[in-house]
Amino acid sequence: MTFAHRVAPYLQALPLTLILGVFLVVPIAVIVMVSFWDYDSIRIYPDFVTFNYEETLFSFVTWKTYLNTLKFTFIVWAITLFVGFWVAYFLAFHVRTATMQTVLFLVCTVPFLTSNIIRMISWIPFLGRNGLLNTALVDAGIVPAPLEFLLFSEFAVVLAMVHLYTLFMVTPIFNTLMRIDRALIEAARDAGASGFQILTNVILPLAKPGIAIGSIFVVTLVMGDFITVRFMSGGQSASVGLMMANQISLLQYPAAAANAVVLLVVVLMIVAAIVRVVDIRKEL
Amino acid sequence: MTESIKTDTAAGVSRRSLLKGGAAAVGLAAGSGAITGFPTIWAQNIKDVTLRQMGTGVSNINAIAEKCKEDLGFTLQMTALDSDAVTQRAVTQPDSYDIADIEYWICKKVFPAGVMQPLDVSKMKYFDKLVPLFVTGKLTPESAIAQGTAPHTVGFVTGQDSVEFAKEPTNWLTMIPTIYNADTLGIRPDLVGRPITKWADILDPAFKGKTSILNIPSIGIMDAAMICESAGIAKYADKGNMTKEEIDTTINFLIETKKAGQFRAFWKSFDESVNLMASGEVIIQSMWSPAVAAVRSKGIPCVYQPLEEGYRSWGGGLGIAKGLSGLELDAAYEYINWYMSGWVGAYLNRQGYYSACLDTAKAFMEPYEWAFWMEGKPAEKDILSPEGKVMEKAGSVRDGGSFYERMGKVACWNSVMDEDRYMVRKWNEFIAA
Repeated sequence: MTFAHRVAPYLQALPLTLILGVFLVVPIAVIVMVSFWDYDSIRIYPDFVTFNYEETLFSFVTWKTYLNTLKFTFIVWAITLFVGFWVAYFLAFHVRTATMQTVLFLVCTVPFLTSNIIRMISWIPFLGRNGLLNTALVDAGIVPAPLEFLLFSEFAVVLAMVHLYTLFMVTPIFNTLMRIDRALIEAARDAGASGFQILTNVILPLAKPGIAIGSIFVVTLVMGDFITVRFMSGGQSASVGLMMANQISLLQYPAAAANAVVLLVVVLMIVAAIVRVVDIRKEL
Repeated sequence: MTESIKTDTAAGVSRRSLLKGGAAAVGLAAGSGAITGFPTIWAQNIKDVTLRQMGTGVSNINAIAEKCKEDLGFTLQMTALDSDAVTQRAVTQPDSYDIADIEYWICKKVFPAGVMQPLDVSKMKYFDKLVPLFVTGKLTPESAIAQGTAPHTVGFVTGQDSVEFAKEPTNWLTMIPTIYNADTLGIRPDLVGRPITKWADILDPAFKGKTSILNIPSIGIMDAAMICESAGIAKYADKGNMTKEEIDTTINFLIETKKAGQFRAFWKSFDESVNLMASGEVIIQSMWSPAVAAVRSKGIPCVYQPLEEGYRSWGGGLGIAKGLSGLELDAAYEYINWYMSGWVGAYLNRQGYYSACLDTAKAFMEPYEWAFWMEGKPAEKDILSPEGKVMEKAGSVRDGGSFYERMGKVACWNSVMDEDRYMVRKWNEFIAA
């Protein structure tokens, strides 16, 4: 093999290596490094101290906040999976023509033409005490007084997150469903399988990679979210991201860095678990 | 001293044209056209200077930049951020700004980091006209100094290269004071259905689920302290510098109150507080004065309620970045002296804040405006905002009354505590609870 032949593959891999190195590995290394530094109310000092981790790991607030974040993650994941799967199923199997499929899929993405903050905030006048929904319910005599739980509550947080993140579930699942060989479904039907059996024995197993990828999207987005939690709970509820945002805003970078490292580890563990259950390479 | 004479002329011209012009807004526009800049360091290249000013939204107003361009000839670039972001940027990116428009409690954090240079008092034309609050800490010789990070305690440093705050006034200012106000609770008089007289009234079970406080830890804790003290939960030696026990008591009380469902939400930005109040989600909450004005401008009644225990006050000023030198530095001093010379002060006073040089601002205000904003007298005619919108109808009186009534009842200043770090941890517990 000539020299050029040996070098070529490395050159080909170089751009991606550089991009990942500069924009992923280096920042994470810096975060890990800073998480061991000392700080006061204005500055951070290079040092090697572990109390940032001690304060994070041995505080009941952290545990509560993580539990709360995990709770949001689980609920949002379950709902987006259910909704996302059926939307994708409808698009893939009930819509006949490819043109219509494309059109309807694009319709799903229309809300994404606006910023996600705008999409989130537009719930506020809708759900408020004197909002559209409450006014309608009270005027129609369905409820005697406005429902307070609709806004600035965990309900509102979950609702907004489901709204924001369902498409991240629809897209990969739709993609895998489209790749299922229709002959498999016909074969199952010929072999006497009921619709439900086809779903559980053919479609769901084949859709697993899409479900896994969608789940990774939703889990990482919800675990790292702070703005939805802040706005929709009216600051009443906490998430790990919000805890970090508070620390950063008070210049407590090492504490926030330690928190970020812990969060990264937790999210990586969840992703590892998902990848272990489902082989997402099948998708690729 | 030619420059001060010239500036006086400028003030005179504008006042005359103001009177001639009739309606304040119209007069002001015409008046400002009549004045041209009276530069002191008039190298021609001053026009090429651009000063980058960053600060909180309250005084980063484009109208000021435009007027500065007109009067002084150089360009001012304004960046408005929230107080936390300003603090961060001031410390971590000192090269990204020339002038920092920050609050005194932020100054307490930022200045010791060595990112700003002290201002030379001898170059300040209007230093002797400053409200004594910023020099001695006393509004009038008899007044007591309020708790917390009072501006004069972080207003001076011991020397040109020092970052150590001086106990007495020196020749080196950390910042030139520009704007300040006294904050209290805002209420919806149409919905509370009873007189509100104390900070503790926010705890009334009748308002369950209809109250809010702000979620900026260093300011929120002060409102919380005012509420706790008023409710008899705690007595503080210094609300602006609590001990760990005091922080525990305060935060535990907040957590209990939150669990009992007293709060509807916690707000972080100005517009959130406006929306909460205007939509009726909340009927009594911590508020800032322009937010009250914003609610009222929607035709919704809202009162900035004076309370028995007094106000929580804040003050801000302009500081100069360490790296600024040469022509830019001269321009910065020029800008600061212009800022204090009255036009900006009048602008700020008309928004419901207070300017630090009241005498110079007075010359730029109509007597009826001065009587309304500063003397607490009923408005003779409709009070217009600097943009020309009607803020108050003729006959109305400013909430809280005159300047001396309001600023004389300051109970504490926005603060940074020694136990800042512990406080933030506990605050996070409160939000997570």
